[in-house]
Amino acid sequence: MGQTVFEPWNDPNEKPLIQFKGVTKRFGEFTAIDNQTLDIFPKEFFALLGPSGCGKTTMMRMLAGFETPTEGTILLAGQNIAPIPPNKRAVNMMFQSYALFPHLSVWDNIAFGLKRDGMSKQAIGDRVAEMLKLTRLEKFARRKPHQISGGQRQRVALARSLAKAPKLLLLDEPLGALDAKLRQDTQFELMDIQEKTGTTFVIVTHDQEEAMTVASRVAVMDHGRIVQADTPARIYENPNSVYVADFIGDVTIIEGTAKRAADGYDITFAEGQPALHAVSDVQLTQGQRCYLAIRPEKVSITAQKPEDKRNALKGKILDIAYLGNLSTYHVELPTGQIIKAQTANTRRLSRRALTWGDEVWLGWTDTAAVLLEH
Amino acid sequence: MRRAVLILTPYLWLLALFLVPFIIVLKISLSDTALAIPPYTPTLDFAAGWQGFKDFLGALDLENFTFLSTDDLYWKAYLSSVRIALIATMLTLLVGYPIAYGMARAPEHWRATLMLLVILPFWTSFLIRVYSWMGILSGEGYLNQFLLWTGLISEPLTILNTPVAVYIGIVYTYLPFMILPIYAALERMDGSLLEAAEDLGCSRVTAFWLITIPLSKNGIIAGCFLVFIPTIGEFVIPSLLGGSQTLMIGKVLWEEFFNNRDWPVASAVAVILLLILIIPIILFQRNEQKQREADG
Amino acid sequence: MRRLTWFNVTSLTLGFAFLYLPMVLLIVYSFNESKLVTVWAGFSTKWYGTLLRNEAFLDAAWVTVQVAFVSSSIATVLGTMAAYVMVRGGRFLGRTLFSGMIYAPLVMPEVITGLSLLLLFIGIGLDRGILTIILAHTTFSMCYVSVVVSSRLVSFDRSLEEAALDLGCSPMQAFRLVTLPIIAPAVISGWLLAFTLSLDDLVIASFTAGPSATTLPIKIWSSIRLGVSPEINALSTILIAVVSVGVITASIITKRSALRQQAEERAAERL
Repeated sequence: MGQTVFEPWNDPNEKPLIQFKGVTKRFGEFTAIDNQTLDIFPKEFFALLGPSGCGKTTMMRMLAGFETPTEGTILLAGQNIAPIPPNKRAVNMMFQSYALFPHLSVWDNIAFGLKRDGMSKQAIGDRVAEMLKLTRLEKFARRKPHQISGGQRQRVALARSLAKAPKLLLLDEPLGALDAKLRQDTQFELMDIQEKTGTTFVIVTHDQEEAMTVASRVAVMDHGRIVQADTPARIYENPNSVYVADFIGDVTIIEGTAKRAADGYDITFAEGQPALHAVSDVQLTQGQRCYLAIRPEKVSITAQKPEDKRNALKGKILDIAYLGNLSTYHVELPTGQIIKAQTANTRRLSRRALTWGDEVWLGWTDTAAVLLEH
Repeated sequence: MRRAVLILTPYLWLLALFLVPFIIVLKISLSDTALAIPPYTPTLDFAAGWQGFKDFLGALDLENFTFLSTDDLYWKAYLSSVRIALIATMLTLLVGYPIAYGMARAPEHWRATLMLLVILPFWTSFLIRVYSWMGILSGEGYLNQFLLWTGLISEPLTILNTPVAVYIGIVYTYLPFMILPIYAALERMDGSLLEAAEDLGCSRVTAFWLITIPLSKNGIIAGCFLVFIPTIGEFVIPSLLGGSQTLMIGKVLWEEFFNNRDWPVASAVAVILLLILIIPIILFQRNEQKQREADG
Repeated sequence: MRRLTWFNVTSLTLGFAFLYLPMVLLIVYSFNESKLVTVWAGFSTKWYGTLLRNEAFLDAAWVTVQVAFVSSSIATVLGTMAAYVMVRGGRFLGRTLFSGMIYAPLVMPEVITGLSLLLLFIGIGLDRGILTIILAHTTFSMCYVSVVVSSRLVSFDRSLEEAALDLGCSPMQAFRLVTLPIIAPAVISGWLLAFTLSLDDLVIASFTAGPSATTLPIKIWSSIRLGVSPEINALSTILIAVVSVGVITASIITKRSALRQQAEERAAERL
């Protein structure tokens, strides 16, 4: 017997911690959030992902209490939180700028929220010590925020917002200010801390890789709507729209018309090119406009026509991006369309088998591409 | 060579017209009053050479300072200057802080205009700004007319020629000096700090005391010094608004010099005034230095 | 967070009312018919007429403008030099004394500056008149200019000068062709500041002016010591109007050029 998988969203008996019910938020004429409904469960690490201006920050600020919904309700553990001001909510937030109080030491920053609760000196001391240990900041307790590094500041902000043991922790682009290497390490640290404390985390980010790494579920947002909310793997493998497929990872989108076939559809996309076959459950009418999303790593590139793949197209190599572990080929079809194919560089090649201008064959199986309605 | 010219021109100018005059003040403060032109002795006799210089030094003494310490007019003037400057600085802070706060919280596109409105009075004549209060505060002035009209008072209030008028005058003329540094500090403050404080359980009022006030501390200190230092030596305001009741050292110096023609005593008053000012000036410089270091 | 609460609106309204009401009253009552300044007796511009026929005031105004123009111009040159020396001069003998002498006049009570300069002029036997006022005003306003200019020089990107030197400029050319045009706004505002300070000054001018030259503030002073007068109200109105027009025009020009620069940058991006 393996461990039970953490999937509260599939369990009808689980009670959500947060419920957005038909929430709309308008700023004047501008609709930031458009009638959204969403459940987030206890102990989840939930990511709100999208480009700037998509409404993800507004969602979070409504949870923190800095904005109130124009319509709809937000429930926290079954209770409507609209009338509760931010300073009375069992919700804490880690700010994008960290918002560390520059005139207070690391220790005092972490103790700030605890002091507001009127805890005893002893209890505050213990709790701060615990937080310092959790975030490995013991040595820096007496320093001021400007005397520590960016990564340390980020941990102070985390410790400060976790100190009050909130039911829900909100993280606004928590790693945005860190450089790439540090960001990766910190992502794992965040997951570790989330697991240790058992707190529900809601993270806002525009970085899809970050969301995929840390989150149990990701909600992809666009123009005030949640386009898809699902596990990282399903978001990647089964995007529900061109927008999601394009936002997450690398993809080639082919537009065409659908024709019903035995186990899916045949898609005609250009004159003189063979129809592409995709296995799919979506219901399309005969001749409907549709889109085929193909991840580059699922496309093989060979000099000979692949016999084992249902789909095969001929083209010419336009560009090669060598990324070390991978190489991405941009292959131009005679119609002018470009399809990306990726291969893993498993051997140290001194000599490339394929090069610019070569005539090549692209191939993928009938389950490799995702058929999308819009 | 060019560098030498560049350095020496302003350097010599300041030496000749700032430092040397100041040494002269120091020297005359140690001389005696005389009915002569110039009205003090000794005067340095260059023709007498080295011996003349020695005689000259021998004739200098601290008599004027002893005189200042025995005549309690001067003591009172010094003390009252410091007291008036302190109270006026506090009042200016109380009036200026809410204005600076309101400006820093105003919508962004308004702020340039608000800044301009604060600076504009600073460009208009100081004398005229003080003068404008004479018409307001006098017995039959606009304020009394207004208060009598509303029925709040039945007898005109005496405000002009009292310390109250001096406080009003100082607050009014020095207000921009208080507002600008505080505004600069508040405007620079990251708004998310207040949200963070609220998020961690502060009410708006506690957040103001725990975050906003400490973070505008440097602005407050700078503003207070900028008001306090010039106020101590202030002459125009007490003369126009304070009447004979208000004793301030700048006014005493003026009167010693122009009315009593007692140059040595006036110089001694100036020397002591400067000694009093040195402490706040040094503190102010230290504060500025700290601020610069904090800004990187 | 940038919402206007009732508290902020109230404090701004009261604050600016306090700052501007006295001047508004002054302006309104300068158009008062009555000789009694605080009693309104109908609209009239007669005090402006009286003022313009008053030779003494006109003479004083002319002296003041001359003094302000000459002293602020010299002060701008000296102050800019001093700022350059302070920011770029490196080390030299007596640097601390030099910087002390630049900052001291800013905090020095005017009575002391005035007194000490007067004693100097008497000591060297210089007759008091326009020249002595100019010398005095130049001395304290050059310090203000130097503070304004040096704050601009500090934030100045030094690599611009280095680029000029690298491209073959002599240090003097680099200053004239690169540094000066960039710090020009600061130099101009330094000049304006010096000019206004000189126009405004009563205390130092009182000490250093002789019977041969009287400035406008001295004239105003001796007249308002006797109380409020409608003529002075009229004069104040003119001065306030001149300064307001000047300052507002300057700020509009600055804003316009900033906007134009933005628009040009945006246009350039579209190309």
